[in-house]
Amino acid sequence: MPESSWSGAEERVPTDDHVAYGGFHGAASRRHLLLPVLHAVQDSIGWVSHGALNYVSKRIPVAPAEAYGVATFYDLITTEHMPARVARVCDDVVCKAGDGNKLISDLEAELGPENTANGESMWVRSACLGHCEKGTVAFIQRAGEQALTIAPATADEIAAVLRGDSVTTNTPPVPAPFFTALTKAHTMGAAAVRNEVVASGIRGRGGAAFPVGVKWNGVANAPGDTKYVVCNADESEPGTFKDRWLIEQNPFALIEGIAIAAFAVGASKAYIYIRGEYREAEDLLASALEVAGSDLDVDIEIRRGAGAYICGEETALFNSIEGFRGQPRQKPPFPTQSGLFGSPTLINNVETLAAIPGIVTDRGAAFAQIGTEESTGLKLFCVSGNVGNPGVYHVEFGVTTRELINLAGGANGEIQAVLTGGAAGSFLTETQLDVPLTFEDGRDSGISLGSGAIIVFNTDVDMMEITHRIAEFFAHESCGLCVPCRVGTTRQLDIVGRMREGSDTQTDRRDLDNIGWVMRDASICGLGHTASNAVESAIRIGLIGSDA
Amino acid sequence: MIESVLPNPGLVEVTVNGKTVLARPDATILEVCRAENVDIPTMCFLETLSPFNSCRLCVVEVTGSRTLVPSCSRTVDRGMEITTESERIANTRQTLYEMYASTVDLSLADADTQRWMAKYDVSPDRFGHYEAHREVKVQDDLYIRDYDKCVMCYRCVAACGPDAQNTFAIDVAGRGLFATISTEFDVVLPDSACVYCGNCIGVCPTGALMFKSEFDMREAGTWDENRQTITTTICSFCGVGCNLDLHVQDNRVVKVTSPIDHEVTDGHLCIKGRFGYAYLQSEDP
Repeated sequence: MPESSWSGAEERVPTDDHVAYGGFHGAASRRHLLLPVLHAVQDSIGWVSHGALNYVSKRIPVAPAEAYGVATFYDLITTEHMPARVARVCDDVVCKAGDGNKLISDLEAELGPENTANGESMWVRSACLGHCEKGTVAFIQRAGEQALTIAPATADEIAAVLRGDSVTTNTPPVPAPFFTALTKAHTMGAAAVRNEVVASGIRGRGGAAFPVGVKWNGVANAPGDTKYVVCNADESEPGTFKDRWLIEQNPFALIEGIAIAAFAVGASKAYIYIRGEYREAEDLLASALEVAGSDLDVDIEIRRGAGAYICGEETALFNSIEGFRGQPRQKPPFPTQSGLFGSPTLINNVETLAAIPGIVTDRGAAFAQIGTEESTGLKLFCVSGNVGNPGVYHVEFGVTTRELINLAGGANGEIQAVLTGGAAGSFLTETQLDVPLTFEDGRDSGISLGSGAIIVFNTDVDMMEITHRIAEFFAHESCGLCVPCRVGTTRQLDIVGRMREGSDTQTDRRDLDNIGWVMRDASICGLGHTASNAVESAIRIGLIGSDA
Repeated sequence: MIESVLPNPGLVEVTVNGKTVLARPDATILEVCRAENVDIPTMCFLETLSPFNSCRLCVVEVTGSRTLVPSCSRTVDRGMEITTESERIANTRQTLYEMYASTVDLSLADADTQRWMAKYDVSPDRFGHYEAHREVKVQDDLYIRDYDKCVMCYRCVAACGPDAQNTFAIDVAGRGLFATISTEFDVVLPDSACVYCGNCIGVCPTGALMFKSEFDMREAGTWDENRQTITTTICSFCGVGCNLDLHVQDNRVVKVTSPIDHEVTDGHLCIKGRFGYAYLQSEDP
């Protein structure tokens, strides 16, 4: 055990466990292992018991109260005794548009009510699990066994896994990688690579659309010897599944993109923070890294999220990797100056990094030729909901929503509503369906491209239920740090709940408007800034409320 | 703070509500404004702790910034144009107080909070009346925790942890509106790492953390600050020289604090200075 420089309640060491040694400095060096260790405990016994938490706290070391704060922050880590097998079944907006509600009622009939232990198993409803193209989905945590995803999922299949039936999983073989772009990048030199990225005009694909080249130069030029590259694979925006798809298709494009980025900004360590429900994609990435590792100058480490939408926010993601609660930090300072472990950090989305090898190979100018002037290149769109062929569509910037829907086999039935950008996005009006999906057109006409989610709802869908689910999503996912979002998301849910019951008053509308304004203007991060978009747009275009 | 109004290459020029002011480049907007006697409300901020950015009441407008800017944590930039009062700001602060009032019992909030709530025309019941429903945690003879009154400002966590005591007995647990201040697995304080320095009580703005003596007197209806005197003395337990403010009612010490601007303590004490006064008034010598 490390030497102590801190000894809270030391005198009670012989009699209790509520003590951690190591002190601020010792603890700081290993604190980042907290979440992986909590995952290990959760995976092996199905929950984090008091005794386990105390043991973890001693070994990291970290104060038990802080470890408890971290453990209780995440949905996939539980500090109450849980059955050995827990199915998390998606009832989010895309599943609701499809067979999700039917699956939930099947499960209620077959297994009884949610959140109720039934022997060694239990099922609960979950936010979007990122397999929206498959119709229904369940993520099942199993004590002592690998967690797994079933998609599409039926009540019978879920029940079988919950009973403990064995499941055969196929991890597809990983081919040998060819890192030709990386080799080329090395011959070009770091500055020339960054110049190509600037010339490509590529903007971040995670939702914020920040110019990637500016970010890369920012990190490269920031003072400091230690720099990091972080790949944001915490894809949790409802209706978004492109990053998972990309990793499944070609994990090496991402790995090569990270290696090039690390070379270009001068980082020797990189992290891929992948959402905790993407176990299959994580395994694939891990195998690919094993194959590729010796070819790379950068040490790439996978970190698994644990069920918190907020950790997709860049600074919350840093806190999560560092072993703290996944709460956002006030910016400035921006990650390019002070990010992971306080060092200059390049953080990019999976899709952004996966596009880098192509930019290096074909030159930035060629990339800039594709798409429009401000929105260059190809973009992955996740088209889901009531369409013929839901899936990921790789198209040139400039297509309209209507074209994308047609590309995806057209709408099933008559379109009632289209949501772009996921829960943080907004519902489109009829005329907005014909606006090109580019950053500039989106900005001018108030369309949120966000992460590229396009969710189609036909006239059979209860839009009040959908809007309520979005409000519920934000109330559940708010980290609770700042007041506008902590309270605002719940008050928004209260009002939408009243509207769902048929009440639609001027006071409530005014309050909703005011809550949205304050969340957008005064919250600490993007979650609060966007938490009212969908609800406000649903009212504005008359999808819900007394004018609906 | 502002050292001089004379031009100085070490200082940066900013404007506060149109008035040009010189400020240290590492000063926060809040420091600069308060030095200019500009009134800005705060809840989570305390001079002796690092800013936590939770309450957002201190937001101001900064020209060029899309959203409002928290003045407690943002340092000034050369040429920054700061506006501290506008309809946008007043509306935000009013709504934030109303949000607080719908989730917490503010009846014992500090005098400044009461004043600001009046200033911004706050209707406490706008988002629904908050009914206190949590059991007060009375787990020892020294202090109580009433989380119905907790605004989640994180001051106690900072004072218990890295900003003062380095004990880390409490942290935030849970998420969203269900987040609460807690020991691990909510164990009672005597079983936690708590060393009873009471610094969490010292920084609590809403009376959620309170001396047991004060709590008992309030329950009995005998707590009366108008009848209390404060005597400043120096703690005699060791040689550090902490200032103590003894709050005395009816010739009995009912509470001990330390001035926040005292250079030795920053308002913080240890268990002996904070709670070690019982011998003064022992009835059984």
